[in-house]
Amino acid sequence: MRNLIRLSFFFILVSSLFFTKVNAAGEQHDLLEVDWSFKSFFGKFDRASLQRGYQVYTEVCASCHSLKHLSYRNLAEKGGPEFTELEAKAIASNFEVTDGPNSDGEMFERPAKLSDKFVMPYANVQEAIAANGGAYPPDMSVLVKARSGGANYIYSVLMGYDEPPAGMELDDGVYYNKYMYGNKIKMSSPLDDDIVEYSDGTKASVDQMAKDVTTFLQWTAEPHLETRHKLGFRVIIYLSVLTILVYFSMKKIWSRIETKV
Amino acid sequence: MSDHEYTPKSKVGKWFNDRLPLLTLANHLTDYPTPKNLNYWWTFGGILTFCLITQIITGIVLGMHYVAHADLAFQSVEHIMRDVNYGWLIRYVHANGASMFFLAVYIHIFRSLYYGSYKSPREVIWIIGMLIYFLMMATAFMGYVLPWGQMSFWGATVITNLFSAIPLVGESITNWLWGGYSVDNPTLTRFFSLHYLFPFLILGLVVLHIWALHVPGNNNPIGIDIKKPSKDTVPFHPYIVIKDAFALLIFLLIFAFFVFFSPNILGHADNYIEANPLVTPAHIVPEWYLLPFYAILRSVPDKLLGIIAMFMAIFVLVILPWLDTSKVRSTVFRPIYKQFYWFLVADVLILGYVGAMPAEGIYLLIARVATAYYFAHFLIILPFLGFKEKTTPLPLSITEPILGGSPDMAMAKNNFNYKEKL
Repeated sequence: MRNLIRLSFFFILVSSLFFTKVNAAGEQHDLLEVDWSFKSFFGKFDRASLQRGYQVYTEVCASCHSLKHLSYRNLAEKGGPEFTELEAKAIASNFEVTDGPNSDGEMFERPAKLSDKFVMPYANVQEAIAANGGAYPPDMSVLVKARSGGANYIYSVLMGYDEPPAGMELDDGVYYNKYMYGNKIKMSSPLDDDIVEYSDGTKASVDQMAKDVTTFLQWTAEPHLETRHKLGFRVIIYLSVLTILVYFSMKKIWSRIETKV
Repeated sequence: MSDHEYTPKSKVGKWFNDRLPLLTLANHLTDYPTPKNLNYWWTFGGILTFCLITQIITGIVLGMHYVAHADLAFQSVEHIMRDVNYGWLIRYVHANGASMFFLAVYIHIFRSLYYGSYKSPREVIWIIGMLIYFLMMATAFMGYVLPWGQMSFWGATVITNLFSAIPLVGESITNWLWGGYSVDNPTLTRFFSLHYLFPFLILGLVVLHIWALHVPGNNNPIGIDIKKPSKDTVPFHPYIVIKDAFALLIFLLIFAFFVFFSPNILGHADNYIEANPLVTPAHIVPEWYLLPFYAILRSVPDKLLGIIAMFMAIFVLVILPWLDTSKVRSTVFRPIYKQFYWFLVADVLILGYVGAMPAEGIYLLIARVATAYYFAHFLIILPFLGFKEKTTPLPLSITEPILGGSPDMAMAKNNFNYKEKL
């Protein structure tokens, strides 16, 4: 038993090292912390927030940022915004995609279907860079996972636009952001109060939109987060019960000899 | 080895066993006499076997869906994460499994260092173990390249560039490794091929590792030779099997916690950005388990010497059985070595920490001192200590540590104190 206690101490020590390492790589300003519904063991997405977040993405972000790893069918899938299939079809049909070649060997345009990937705002990276003053608007599919700080970082950047501190010179098309790496960002503040109109009556404040779109981006980065949490809980319970059973079996077997285990 | 001859009871069993003695092998494995005083640090052999099998199985499944192409690799990983049934689970188990594998292997190695398991007659087990460890690092490094994220690409660039420091042939070797003039598609495809191959080499070495272990039998916390089988041993099954199973389950609980609730905490966020040869990340850092070696590499101002230092850091471990001159195996009876042992543990942790920090200012200084101490430990302290250190008296057997007849280590130690007072 004493060894067991030592062993658990060791694991705690090692895991705490991992966590401090990650935390140590902090930003200049401490990120804003939000009590996200998808954090913690039983974390789930706020369905309404996901749907509003999709609206913010599609009406604001989508003019520059792609979501190339997502398909329209994902919008109707379980664990996501859970639009009905009809709604998702309607969303898809707003976009034109190139298909083909048809039997005449011609490429043709048609409305997007559920199976199509999200239509990209630019034809290629070069076009995106050219249209945005030399800065590439990153694809947002896994953006939350691609930034240390995750959802808090995305939210902080959206909320971090401010007047530059005295003495800081900013070029044309460069903006000051408290939380951005190097404090300079080429994207102007994308959110203004009531820039979108929520159909569920929620007030579209900058803070609300930032939270909604961050929640949405957390889902695009981790579409199976809810399944993962649910399955994880069951796995932990199963393993715990099995561990207890095996522990007592072990005690019983080792009781045949006088050595302690 | 068990002493008695084994004959299967059934006729068919006997017929088969005379032609291929698999049943004899199975019998040897179940009866294998194991010291009864093994503590939980000895359960990591079984845990490591589990880790290897898990990596191979999840890896084979991932290989069915992954596309080894510079333009498609990142996308195919996202395909696995989104569209493959439970693909997210398989990939997270594989990615975190690598970390858990290294966590277990480090505990396994440091257990060996503490109890002197590398000493005669177990040098060959130790050397095979070091080969496994080296192959594991190569495999993990190549595996980290496969998602073709920013850290994959730049990690591969930094590490492969090391070879260019070799005089005369360095550049040719680097180009040969790359299959071109930079890290690109040919590099990715060959890394994928080798990443698939190496685990099976490791598996082969693991068989040799266990075979070599079963010749002298296990070392034990007291580190003395024991008669096998005897009052000091228990058969591997069921005693050790059930104990290993219990330890494995505890390990799995921690593993599961990472996979289901913190799957990306051990990785680097930049690896979710697609590889871009035109943008260098602010800090290029390897995975945590390679950090001590990375710190040693960067602590030497000269590139070539840095690489030599890094490889020497592993090589001193290979020749450790001959560097440690002490005849006593277990640290329990080596009061001075015990302190140096913990200094070494701290030293390696410090190296790991500074390996993650930028190589400048105070961090660089710490890295240099820690590197110097690392080599001093193996090349100066250990050989010297073996001659100078006054060890405490060894018990005669596990069941009867001198006086008490108790297999309890604490009792044994008290007995020494008691004896010394007399």
